[in-house]
Amino acid sequence: MLDIRNLEKSFGAKRAVQGVSFTLAKGTVLGFLGPNGAGKSTTMRMIAGVLEPDSGDALINGKSIVSNRRDAQAALGYLPEGAPLYEDMTPPEFLNFMAAARRIERGKRKDAVERAIADARITTVSGQRIGALSKGYRRRVGLAGAILHDPPVLLLDEPTDGLDPNQKRAVRALIARMAPNKAILISTHTLTEVPAMCTRAIVVDRGRIVADGTPEELSRKSDDGSLESAFMRLTDQAEANSA
Amino acid sequence: MMDLLRQQMGGFSATYRRELGAYFATPMAYVFLAVFLLALGVFTWEAGNFFGAGSADLATFFVWHPWLYMIFLPALAMRLWADERGAGTDELLLSLPLGMPGLVLGKLCSAWTVAGVGLLLTFPMWITVNYLGSPDNAAIALTYLVSFLMAGAYLSIGAAVSALTGSQVTAFVISVLIAFAFTAAGWPLVLSTVKSIFGTGFADLVAQFSFLTQFEGAQRGVLELRSVVFFLGFTSFWAILNGLWAARQRLG
Repeated sequence: MLDIRNLEKSFGAKRAVQGVSFTLAKGTVLGFLGPNGAGKSTTMRMIAGVLEPDSGDALINGKSIVSNRRDAQAALGYLPEGAPLYEDMTPPEFLNFMAAARRIERGKRKDAVERAIADARITTVSGQRIGALSKGYRRRVGLAGAILHDPPVLLLDEPTDGLDPNQKRAVRALIARMAPNKAILISTHTLTEVPAMCTRAIVVDRGRIVADGTPEELSRKSDDGSLESAFMRLTDQAEANSA
Repeated sequence: MMDLLRQQMGGFSATYRRELGAYFATPMAYVFLAVFLLALGVFTWEAGNFFGAGSADLATFFVWHPWLYMIFLPALAMRLWADERGAGTDELLLSLPLGMPGLVLGKLCSAWTVAGVGLLLTFPMWITVNYLGSPDNAAIALTYLVSFLMAGAYLSIGAAVSALTGSQVTAFVISVLIAFAFTAAGWPLVLSTVKSIFGTGFADLVAQFSFLTQFEGAQRGVLELRSVVFFLGFTSFWAILNGLWAARQRLG
């Protein structure tokens, strides 16, 4: 459903992403891990069609983000880092704007918006402006916007960042409910969440993939069997290799 | 052909409605309208000596339009793109399957609508001259129309610069400067200087690009096709720049 082919992007002299390739099938929740500045967000922004890759391509449901951007984007739900939203709107207003922008037919808009509001559990804050909402609710409004058109591929950039434990659990539960019918790519640097949320994990460092496997397989790469030491070892190794 | 149009203009109505909503959801539009109308009133009545002029027309009202637009319309347009950049919502917008022309025109038309509302709210002036005498109402309607087109030209500068700089304050300052250049180019003071340095031919050319010159005919109630084409062409030119500058985001 998602086919990433050799994506590359440089900002000036800094090579942010250097040949990232992987495929993602329906029913998989892929954790996209890596230290800050490893190229996670840059890769996701390229897949979302927000940033043009220098080379390489991303096929979303078979549609190229480079040569067929709009069709590819139509099959994609994207939650950008930090869940940016229009603060002057209420959640239903925002979702109605998204529905109109995504050209969901007029007759179906109301249903789609109501379903997204129910799925993201934001019914209680429907009357408030987004600017007045807490971080957790804003994140969920962003999620509602990403799942509004029921896309086959979801890209979530740090969906649980800055949430309290209850909110994290709610977001995880939502992702688990959607998982069977979608291909989901989640970036995070909170390692404890990975085994709970993801069926597969990719570790990137300095713009390259340094490990790919189930969370258990990754854990086994360390001496003490924890994902954290595996993560440290993998990203340290890359540092040593490039030095 | 229809498909291409639908693709490129996709998002026009969603963007237009969202931006118009944003103007009126915050005090922005109300403050703009109040201050704009107040300024127009003060200039018309005090500086323009509306009653002292002794003729039942709106000449002392329309003469201020280019100068007030020059200051007020960049203020209205400065948030259009810079606001998105500041809040990070441009990321969301660029991830939607929309065409750039639809986004650019949706945003521009929303600001243009607010400016149009401001223009409509000056109707008491029109009523006043009708009460005091019998003005040429067709001529006044025509001047209003060209003034509205001119407002779009000023707004297109502001919107494009907003997409270029990504900062509201910078966008405002640069837009006012550009707007001033295109307004003052027709000012006799500037023109005589240009004429003495570069000669009459060049001065005429500069004057052709001035909003003051292009608005002059309309102020006399004469419909000049060339002015209509000028303002629409000018707006399109800046709208294209706007699209290019906004799309530059995708390059990183």
